[in-house]
Amino acid sequence: MDIQNVHPFVIFFAAITTNNILLTNFLGMCSFLAVSKDLKSSLGLGAAVIFVSTFTAPINWLVYHKLLVPYELEYLQYIAFIIVIAAFTQIIEMVVERVSTLLYLTLGIFLPLITVNCAILGCALFLVIRQYTFMQSIAYGLGAGTGWALAIAALAGIRTRMEKKSKVIPELEGAGIALVITGIIAMAFIGFSGIVRIN
Amino acid sequence: MTPIITAVLVLSALSGILTLLLLVAEFFFANYGECTIDVNKGDKTFKVEGGASLLTSLASQKLFLPSGCGGRGGPLLPTETPYLNDEEQKSDVRLSCQVKVRGDIKIEVPEELLSIKEFETVIESITDYTHDIKGLRFRLPEGETIKFRAGQFANLFSKPYDDVKEETSRAYSISSAPSDNKAIELVVRYVPNGMVTTYVFKHLKQGDKARLIGPFGEFFLRDTSREIVCIAGGSGLAPIRSIILDMIDRGISNRKATFFFGAVSQRDLYYVEEFKVIEKEHPWFRFVPALSKDDSDHPYEKGIITEVVARNYGDMTELEAYLCGSPGMIDACCKVLASKGMPADRIYYDKFS
Repeated sequence: MDIQNVHPFVIFFAAITTNNILLTNFLGMCSFLAVSKDLKSSLGLGAAVIFVSTFTAPINWLVYHKLLVPYELEYLQYIAFIIVIAAFTQIIEMVVERVSTLLYLTLGIFLPLITVNCAILGCALFLVIRQYTFMQSIAYGLGAGTGWALAIAALAGIRTRMEKKSKVIPELEGAGIALVITGIIAMAFIGFSGIVRIN
Repeated sequence: MTPIITAVLVLSALSGILTLLLLVAEFFFANYGECTIDVNKGDKTFKVEGGASLLTSLASQKLFLPSGCGGRGGPLLPTETPYLNDEEQKSDVRLSCQVKVRGDIKIEVPEELLSIKEFETVIESITDYTHDIKGLRFRLPEGETIKFRAGQFANLFSKPYDDVKEETSRAYSISSAPSDNKAIELVVRYVPNGMVTTYVFKHLKQGDKARLIGPFGEFFLRDTSREIVCIAGGSGLAPIRSIILDMIDRGISNRKATFFFGAVSQRDLYYVEEFKVIEKEHPWFRFVPALSKDDSDHPYEKGIITEVVARNYGDMTELEAYLCGSPGMIDACCKVLASKGMPADRIYYDKFS
């Protein structure tokens, strides 16, 4: 089936499950490992990533197809995408600070760090490689963000429970055990591959 | 050539549009407008630009808070909870460095903090007390006075010098008496590579201008009738001198006061003559300098200051202590005083760290 004919909803669903940007592409690991200690901040950061990826995906689509392609400047896509992402992260920072100081302080440094979150840049690059349409890119942005948020929330849930009850051998404490758990969740997500697959 | 120009133009246009978007967003989201801060129920009101922290907003209005203060409104932030006890949390106490001014607010500021001011002073004199301690006398601008309690400190600002590009400030105890309110004296001990002490020792001259903010601090003589023990080392002498001079000015003669001054050798002693004169004129005061590493023939006590204090007292349950010096010295003194029966809540100190 030609990719342009795939319904945006399918792309949205696939981006959350079978093509989860974190669990299948392992993008956005730094903040994923650092923030997942606490469920509340994870949900906050997840929400911020959803917001940024949903808005930057279609904008980056427009920048690529309406600006870079006509002028044959495709090689500038990395710079262009990063500028767009940086600007939007700034805006979301202002909004979050205005709306919820609590969330703003909980997210701390990770909010501006979304600028260099590889999941967001990866999302923009994938929609170019996979030749999505404009509507599909919106769905993909929303899906990729949601998938990332889902993954960090899942890991945070497990980590908070483990902190209370389980004993981890010292060598694996912290990031070590988090990576092991991430691997297991990633394998579980492969189970979705029978449902939908986009390439 | 053309592709390069197109590339530059396209990227510049993109950046330009995004910048414009950011400016618009800033106007809508980061603009809190003009806010009114009401201090002590209408005592003072300030109009400030919203968005900054309460602490900096107040500082811009020349109201300087040492650290925390009361603010109201909004939920408590996670950055504040570790520093406030249950009672404070219930009674809406907030930290001014964390609370941002987002609207009109009402706050309460303790009365004595309102006397904290900024002074543009002129150095009247610089005196070498010992090889590494200098005394500085700052003349306040014509017509201005400072109101402080003996024992408090002030922040001295250094101007940029050598490789230090920024103004820096450090706290120094005031050694002059509160009655001498047209000038302030500070005692500065040289700290190797210290940002402000290096400035004071290498660059500051008589007649230079210097910026001071003060007074700050909770170290001052309590209003009781108990006998007092003062223990100090190095530049810790400063607040004790201020306290003793203040007691003389206020005619407090019903409290016995003993001042133990710890030094290494004779070259570290200063103000000895002045304290000897006070000792002669006021029978309630006794000055005991002690040298820890000087076995030569001298009229002072020998040994480290804690031993000297221990030698001089039996039971100290009814006494009150004022300590000023290095953290190590203060911790050691607290142990000795506690072992002699002094309750911890009657030991007041100012740690120079």
